[in-house]
Amino acid sequence: MIVIALLAIGVVALALGGYLTSLSNFANQTLVDAQTWVSTRYLAVVDFLTVPRDVASLRQKNAELEAEVARLQTQVIELQQQVTETQILSALVDFARASPENTYKAATVIGRDPSPFLRYVIINIGSNDGIRRGMPVVTDQGLVGRVDAVTADAARVQLITDPASAVNVSLQNSNTEAMLVGSITGDLSLDMISQDVTVQPGDVVLTSGLGGGYPPNILIGQVISVRKLDYELFQQATIQPIVNYDQLQFVLVITNFKSVETAPLVPTTSP
Amino acid sequence: MAFPVLVLALMLQTAVFSRINLLYGSADIVLVILAAYALQERVTTSWQWALVGGVLVAFVSGLPWFVPLAGYLLIVGLARLLQRRVWQAPLLAMFAVSFIGTLMMHFLSIFSLRLMGDPLPVGESFSLITLPSILLNLLLAIPVYAGMRDLAGWLYPAAVEA
Repeated sequence: MIVIALLAIGVVALALGGYLTSLSNFANQTLVDAQTWVSTRYLAVVDFLTVPRDVASLRQKNAELEAEVARLQTQVIELQQQVTETQILSALVDFARASPENTYKAATVIGRDPSPFLRYVIINIGSNDGIRRGMPVVTDQGLVGRVDAVTADAARVQLITDPASAVNVSLQNSNTEAMLVGSITGDLSLDMISQDVTVQPGDVVLTSGLGGGYPPNILIGQVISVRKLDYELFQQATIQPIVNYDQLQFVLVITNFKSVETAPLVPTTSP
Repeated sequence: MAFPVLVLALMLQTAVFSRINLLYGSADIVLVILAAYALQERVTTSWQWALVGGVLVAFVSGLPWFVPLAGYLLIVGLARLLQRRVWQAPLLAMFAVSFIGTLMMHFLSIFSLRLMGDPLPVGESFSLITLPSILLNLLLAIPVYAGMRDLAGWLYPAAVEA
């Protein structure tokens, strides 16, 4: 006990005398290094233990943000669709204003004929909206066809590209008349063009109004090629339609036009 | 059950399938549904389904009214005939009915439209419309057959032996 007390007093005396400074510095440095190591490892362990919780919360946040992005993308698509529809409807309104002599009813194309041999579309207005059989159907670009059958709330429209469709037309530049017929491929061609007439590619094709099936001067398209053979009675021409009949969304039905039924006027051969 | 299923099928046909074209042909989902339903062993109402389908399509389509009616009845008749003959290979029967049924339906359409005065070129119609339509109907055959098998199993559950 006395020895320990003497040693302690000796160490204190040496420390007070400054003889243990280097030794204490070394000991302090070692302790600080050890403390730093322990602290770093502790924090690493804490990180290791808490990271899974962060990943879970990040994943949740990520899922929420992805859902938000998906919702906003849907909204953007809807708005783009609305903008497109508004542009089409605006064009239709402009067209209707430009032709005040006609009364129009706008309709949406809601379907196509189930048979691939026919080129008909179904629109979402019918006899309740004043639609009658034979009324012409147009877009702001040009002629579409005419109403073939009507129910209370829907109507079936025969496109001019239908193989059974025939429209009397006039060629604006050639000042002549012809018959526009459809085909199973949806291509339009002109028939019954007199051999005496010169038809050029680029000639504009309009309805003539003959026959009373369609009002006159509705744009249809333009001639892209002409077939003239000397041994045939008539020339033929291929037409590039101005309306894209595969992408019809909205159409206008001309409701104040009454088509003329010419069948009774056609003479029949008596037996 | 025929009415809601076939109305839904017709809505899909006019709004979707008629707009999906291969060359100028398109699938006929009503035809494939009727063929798949008629091929189910326990089904007893396939003729009624054909009548309902025919009337619905005749109402919507510009085809002469008797074409879809007669066409679908013929297809169901063919399916019932094949169902008894090749009952061990239902998918083979489904493909056969889809193939022959589409051909029958299209030839009936072409014939009747020409009879009504439409200038349909037969060769062009066959190569541009009928052949692509057959391919599309064959593509639809397997999923529709699976769906109609489930529907038939639900409508006509198998008797449980004691």
